[in-house]
Amino acid sequence: MATIQKNIYIFFMALIFILLIIPNTIFGDNEKKETLIQVPPPPFSEDIFPCSECHSDMEPNPERRVLEEMHDDIILKHDENNRWCLDCHDLKNRDKLHLANGKLIDFTESYKLCGQCHGPKLREWKNGVHGKRTGYWNGKKTYLLCAHCHNPHSPKYKKMKPEPAPDDPMKGRR
Amino acid sequence: MSDNKTIEKKESRRTFLKKTALASTFATLAACGSDSSWEEFFQKNFKTLDDDDKNKIIKRLEKKYTEKYGKKFSVSGKDPIDDTLFGYGLDISRCIGCRKCVYACVEENNQSRDPQIHWITVLEMAKDKGVDLFHSHADYERELVPDDDHFYFPVACQQCENPPCTKVCPVGATWKEKDGIVVVDYNWCIGCRFCMAACPYGARHFNWAEPNVPKDEINPETHYYGNRPRPKGVVEKCTFCVQRVREGLYPSCVEICPVGARKFGNLLDPDSEIRYILKHKRVLVLKEELNTQPKFYYFY
Ligand code: HEC
Ligand code: HEC
Ligand code: HEC
Repeated sequence: MATIQKNIYIFFMALIFILLIIPNTIFGDNEKKETLIQVPPPPFSEDIFPCSECHSDMEPNPERRVLEEMHDDIILKHDENNRWCLDCHDLKNRDKLHLANGKLIDFTESYKLCGQCHGPKLREWKNGVHGKRTGYWNGKKTYLLCAHCHNPHSPKYKKMKPEPAPDDPMKGRR
Repeated sequence: MSDNKTIEKKESRRTFLKKTALASTFATLAACGSDSSWEEFFQKNFKTLDDDDKNKIIKRLEKKYTEKYGKKFSVSGKDPIDDTLFGYGLDISRCIGCRKCVYACVEENNQSRDPQIHWITVLEMAKDKGVDLFHSHADYERELVPDDDHFYFPVACQQCENPPCTKVCPVGATWKEKDGIVVVDYNWCIGCRFCMAACPYGARHFNWAEPNVPKDEINPETHYYGNRPRPKGVVEKCTFCVQRVREGLYPSCVEICPVGARKFGNLLDPDSEIRYILKHKRVLVLKEELNTQPKFYYFY
């Protein structure tokens, strides 16, 4: 009896040991990378998402045209002579984007789409050089999506009003 | 008789000197006592103290600031994190000169509002002149930035590995910490401003008057070497937000920058963003020829 108990004990100890080791060696690396890429929600206009709320009841219209009934606030200025909405938005599933090969992706992964044409920028973004990281320099980080800074429809970074210039250094001393 | 007279005179002069010496000592002490305590007057250089004495000072300061600003203050004395050497990257092809960093820094680090102290100066430079400090302007006023003919070049403390400022301090009130941050002990600084003269980057600033920060804007999360309220007559400078970065956070200028031009990390960690930049981007340091060895890297 005693040896059987002892064997069971050793067996379970070994099992626990293996379970502790495996995640660290095999999955450890992946886990680290996953905590690194954590993006805030995509910057949708108000009450626009999910798109299917309207589009599930609508006949999709693949014809290239100027939209008038809806989305008329969108100005296309992104290689607009060669592209149109459905190059990125999916005809059948409006809640998704599609890559050049037709693969559907979520809006939270839109950087993959941008990266298909802006490869070097995507690489720098992934390495934390282009774009912006917040959080902990030695831990969990949050990225901004390309679309947080670049309106995908007209991506040129918008100019802004600067904060006030510093006081004259001689102020009060003249 | 004449001898007697001279003796009398001598005595009276001596007593006079004694009296004035005593009086002036008391006057100094009284002046110090008016905005700080006796303990503060006899406080030693912070870095030479043991943890017990440091904690006592910190407790005293927390009490003082809490009373003064009507807000619960915390003053950290946190030491450098092991195996870290901080480095900073600034993407000059990205910066748009919006000056958001300047004011985020002022708010985080409790700089005086009026008289105004800014730890960050954003310089506007002409594209056709390149990086040229002589032809740069900090006082640019524009409707919108970036201006098409200019680029922007923010300057703050370069956290030199070989800092000229610390060498000239006659009392040892400023030094480089193990994580590379150059700090000032505001309680030990005598305000001689030698360090300001020695700094080739104009990164040190003097409190000519009692720093003026509105009570509702003061940031009560502080570090002894960082953003705690400063007395009049001491020198202050950027510390990479020591109160934040020793807790693992990014400096507040990195957090605010809308274009993501500001990068920060551990130079000793080969996987850090800053190491990636040093390896893959074109990097320049300011006034390289002075051999100050900045840990503030401009890149593009
Ligand atoms: C409030 C309802 C509504 C919502 C929400 C909405 N759409 Fe639309 N959408 C329309 C209407 C109506 C049209 C047709 C406009 C026209 O023909 O002028 C349209 C047209 C389009 C078109 C042009 C192709 C077509 O089938 O007509 C695209 C692409 C599109 N929408 C994408 C989206 C995406 C992506 C979202 C979500 C981010 C979205 N829409 C959310 C109402 C909506
Ligand atoms: C199908 C290819 C393609 C995709 C996908 C794409 N772009 Fe572009 N992008 C271009 C082209 C082509 C230009 C140059 C257009 C021009 O200069 O008129 C451009 C230009 C830009 C510019 C520079 C604009 C300027 O005027 O300075 C930015 C920023 C940009 N894209 C961001 C993005 C972002 C963000 C995404 C993802 C949401 C994206 N792009 C997806 C092709 C693409
Ligand atoms: C934190 C904001 C931010 C994020 C996030 C961001 N960018 Fe940019 N991007 C900028 C700024 C600022 C510029 C420079 C604009 C200027 O100089 O007018 C820029 C410029 C560009 C340009 C123009 C070429 C150049 O180098 O100036 C492209 C293309 C571009 N970004 C693509 C992307 C892509 C793709 C992503 C996502 C993978 C992305 N950006 C993420 C802020 C951002």
